[in-house]
Amino acid sequence: MLNSLLSGDYPKSRVLSGVLVAILVGLAFAPFLFSGAAAINTAAKICIFIVLVASYDLLLGYTGIVSFAHTMFFGIGGYGVGLGLYAFGASWGVLAIGILIALMVAVVLAFLIGLLSLRVRAIFYAMITLAVASAFLILATQFSEYTGGEDGRSFSVPPVLRPGFRLFEAPVFGVTINGRILAYYLVFISAVVLFLLALRVVNSPFGRVLQAIRENDMRAEALGYRVVYYRTVANCLAAAMAVLAGAMSAIWLRYTGPDTTLSFAIMLDILLMVVIGGMGTMYGAVVGATLFIVAQNYLQKLMGTASAATEGIPLLPKLLHPDRWLLLLGVLFVLSVYFFPTGIVGRLRGEKR
Amino acid sequence: MPPVLETRDLTIRFGGHVAVDSVSCAFHAGTLTAIVGPNGAGKTTYFNLMSGQLTATSGTTMLDGEDISTLGAAGRAQRGIGRAFQITNLFPNLTVAENVRLAVQARGKAAASLFSLWSRHRDWIDKADHYLEQVNLAGVRDTVAAALPHGDKRKLEVAIMMALEPRVFMFDEPTAGMSVDEVPVILDLIQKLKDEGTKTILLVEHKMDVVRSLADRIVVLHNGRLVADGEPAAVIASPVVQEAYLGQAPKAEAAHV
Ligand SMILES: Nc1ncnc2c1ncn2[C@@H]1O[C@H](COP(=O)(O)OP(=O)(O)OP(=O)(O)O)[C@@H](O)[C@H]1O
Ligand SMILES: [Mg+2]
Repeated sequence: MLNSLLSGDYPKSRVLSGVLVAILVGLAFAPFLFSGAAAINTAAKICIFIVLVASYDLLLGYTGIVSFAHTMFFGIGGYGVGLGLYAFGASWGVLAIGILIALMVAVVLAFLIGLLSLRVRAIFYAMITLAVASAFLILATQFSEYTGGEDGRSFSVPPVLRPGFRLFEAPVFGVTINGRILAYYLVFISAVVLFLLALRVVNSPFGRVLQAIRENDMRAEALGYRVVYYRTVANCLAAAMAVLAGAMSAIWLRYTGPDTTLSFAIMLDILLMVVIGGMGTMYGAVVGATLFIVAQNYLQKLMGTASAATEGIPLLPKLLHPDRWLLLLGVLFVLSVYFFPTGIVGRLRGEKR
Repeated sequence: MPPVLETRDLTIRFGGHVAVDSVSCAFHAGTLTAIVGPNGAGKTTYFNLMSGQLTATSGTTMLDGEDISTLGAAGRAQRGIGRAFQITNLFPNLTVAENVRLAVQARGKAAASLFSLWSRHRDWIDKADHYLEQVNLAGVRDTVAAALPHGDKRKLEVAIMMALEPRVFMFDEPTAGMSVDEVPVILDLIQKLKDEGTKTILLVEHKMDVVRSLADRIVVLHNGRLVADGEPAAVIASPVVQEAYLGQAPKAEAAHV
């Protein structure tokens, strides 16, 4: 059972297993364990980014494709759901059609980018994805009549997912089960299912060919694997998964806009999460996304406290000012890459490189 | 019997340098052809042209009488052309067993299956283990390929091609750099393949005693040109080969002994 669920790909480290179980339990019971909107927001964001980062790991970690277009697919998912619900009203049918259209657009786009450019050298491929993603960002902000431009679009979700909805009259374990909590569980369960699916794909015969291509594409070709075909399919799969992450994000936020889905800042975050977590491990996505988002949300508070505590000492309070959190994160990132080149997961598994 | 593999006026130019120059040659099932020549003669390049790693400037490559010149390396592998490389060409961070299993998988039906479990394809695992045993690598099956000593890497290189179960085997100096006690493993393997009597085997080899003991025929390349082709004893004795191996330019005419 567990073997099938995890596709035989166990964490292979006791500490890592513990960390993963803790994250799973934390996310599964987040509405009951943590109080306040901020905490559940953080938990939902972690779920969404686990899916997004896992899909990116399929590309970067498993296939060795460097793409900067991943937030574009995330955005297509967000806009597909958002614009659909905005224009045609908050029903499950519209939601489903929005996701379906977004999936089709993304897969066609990923297919085209793949076919046109996966034959070229990796660096050119990265440049092409960067150009396409920039073009998409510009389109999304320029066509403001349809997309809401820079402001994005706020919209309603189906009534069951709204704050006003009550599943039960009485609270459960002291928590009122409202539409927001249902929306959270929709996001959480989607994340679990998509992550396990991704784990299955990387442990399938197809997934092993992707690793072979990452390791030595010329030899993979010499064995009879059409590398362009495999890379293109991997591209489409990763794009589809990013679309679903985008849809989850839109449902949760009830908003879609360039800053929450398309921006290059998010692309950078994804890269950091996958590298910190450990490329080519899938579990790295869970650890990386959780750590990064928790740090993003709580580092600033922590730094505020530290800054106040070091009042009077020269320079330190300034360095620890909450506005410098990115600086500190950057330092942490450099240190982690330096000391754990295989990421946290690689480190916990005791791999040397 | 028509040849399995054949090249006609096969040529490739790197800038001004003609690395393979109008080579016409046919290879038949059940024979082992040794391809010899000094360093830089174009032997590896000739292999790369036939197995599809390089695209010819002109000339054609035929498989079973069909022109496969426009087919890429993957297509040629699927049609039964197997290749072992001179410079070991492995999947460095995968284990020895995984390296071979990928070759077995390439010929399997579910090669690109998305949702089946790789570890559940028992037949692939068994077949891979069979080929690992053939080259004495079963003991290191779970070692990462990059961590193998040189000799074992060469053996793995050969095992990967064997696991493809091709009809045409192209060995490019399979024993180069191996210690003396390891060499027989590979040579026995090649001998066994030859004894099957149905395979088309091409072998690039510098060691003349190896060539003499295994080859049914020797083809000599020099400066990208085919300069001799025939019975091993006759080719080795021919002046053109003696001169080529002494490093002097051969006479203008190709010798057909
Ligand atoms: N990709 C390439 N670009 C430019 N020149 C090349 C290329 N590949 C091979 N050559 C040149 O073609 C010639 C033939 O090289 P090749 O490797 O085929 O020789 P070889 O007969 O296999 O030699 P060796 O016995 O040393 O393996 C050499 O002069 C080499 O420098
Ligand atoms: Mg060579």
